[in-house]
Amino acid sequence: MGHHIGFDIAHLLAGSMLVLSFVLLHQDRITAVLNIFALQAIVLSLAVAWQAVLQDAPHLLVTAGIALTAKGIVIPAALHRIVRRLGIHREIEEVIGAGPTMLTGLGLVVLSILLVMPAGRNVSILVREDLAFALAVILLGLLMMITRRNAVTQIIGFMSLENGLVLAATGAKGMPLVVEFSVAFSILIAFIVFGVFVFRIRERFDTVDVGALDRFRGERGEQG
Amino acid sequence: MAMIFDLLAQAAQMALVLVLAPLVVGVMRKVKARLLRRIGPPIWQFYIDLWKLAHKEVVLAPNASWLYRTAPYVIFATTWVGAALIPTYATNLMFSWSADLIAIVALLAAGRFALALAGMDVGSAFGGIGSSREMMIASLAEPAMLLIVFTVALIAGTTQLSGIAEIFGGAGVGLRVSLGLAMVAFILVAIAENARIPVDNPATHLELTMVHEAMVLEYSGRHLAMIEAAAALKLVFYFSLFSCLFLPFGMATADKGTDALVLGFGSYLAKIFLLAALLPIGETAVAKMRVFRVPIFLGGAFAAGALAVFLLFVSRSF
Repeated sequence: MGHHIGFDIAHLLAGSMLVLSFVLLHQDRITAVLNIFALQAIVLSLAVAWQAVLQDAPHLLVTAGIALTAKGIVIPAALHRIVRRLGIHREIEEVIGAGPTMLTGLGLVVLSILLVMPAGRNVSILVREDLAFALAVILLGLLMMITRRNAVTQIIGFMSLENGLVLAATGAKGMPLVVEFSVAFSILIAFIVFGVFVFRIRERFDTVDVGALDRFRGERGEQG
Repeated sequence: MAMIFDLLAQAAQMALVLVLAPLVVGVMRKVKARLLRRIGPPIWQFYIDLWKLAHKEVVLAPNASWLYRTAPYVIFATTWVGAALIPTYATNLMFSWSADLIAIVALLAAGRFALALAGMDVGSAFGGIGSSREMMIASLAEPAMLLIVFTVALIAGTTQLSGIAEIFGGAGVGLRVSLGLAMVAFILVAIAENARIPVDNPATHLELTMVHEAMVLEYSGRHLAMIEAAAALKLVFYFSLFSCLFLPFGMATADKGTDALVLGFGSYLAKIFLLAALLPIGETAVAKMRVFRVPIFLGGAFAAGALAVFLLFVSRSF
């Protein structure tokens, strides 16, 4: 067996992120979703920090720090506040078909593995694996945005998608720090926009269920 | 001489699981009772119960067929053979070549088939509902179990339990996310298969949601003793399989000297009683779920098992 401990730990951290994506997909309580998202961000920062050690690239430690403070602490705390102010922190969201969603998620994991396998023939096994995991996390984040109806959990889906992007970017050698800064910045801006947006939806429709928007746009016939 | 020693080692294994099973149940009941701030029965109570049941008169329904009378012995035999073939204190015992992981799981499935048939034999409504639910749980648990088998077999390169335990006990495997996922899936499957909370409640007869107890409701006397003993053996089976796959440390492998055997016995007993203490703690912390939530519970096990297999393919070097 040609495995060494560096590979094992990278494998463990990236795999844990994927598992946490599945937990996010399965969880239906909003506060639990927020906590799991924070945990995923913390695991992401650990994975990035480990990549910094493996690749001997200290600037990745800055990336890890950004991921930890912004997505592990600040954004979950702010979302907790929003959820509390909206009065939906006890709400249980009806996930549409937990079983089919999980099966679709497994299908997406297979898809990303099949995609990365031929593309990454010439790179090291570590990079290939990181890419496959990252692509799966991205696709699962997209799936979460599609299947959820609550605006707050849709935001979490988007943020978790971004976690996958960072994982992919750090797995490849030599990502410039400026890219990471701009991504982190745009995420923060996006978060502020989302926050305002959620309150606007709430004001207009008395709910954060985005199903209400369909009727407003005339996509669903007026009932009654 | 060596042959006699091998036979003795195998016989010791068979006797060990049989003698240990009621004690494990007793320990679990005691731990659970203490967690609920009750004193609880003494830990050897289950031996006394079995002795009492074995000497009681058998009450048979007038329309019970031969199947109803033979099923308890079939269930007991399949479970005992299965439990005796798992390496517990030493690997490569005399008969361990005769069944690999898949065959052992199939043995248990045969026992469950007999139990479901027996539940429907007398024609009472409770037996029928118990059998149908047992089959529903089995049809969901077995795909997950197979995925766990695939994961373990792909990593170890063999389905022989002795080989798996020796490979996993060595240093070559390293940290594997797949094994962690397989372990989670195995715990979920084991909870469902042994009719523990949150899937089923082993301590009650009077609930509309019961599964295992509903099937054996009509049994009495020595038949009931056989079924109860088989249930205890099944628990020891899953504990042994868990410690063989995921905690294979301290087993006597190649050299079967006295020191190695004593260490093997000691570590096996420690592992089993550790698991027997942990399971009631977990059970006390959760509430029983509705029967129709069980597919979601076992779907989680299936997803974890499938993910474990997929992840193996990513990290496999081409």
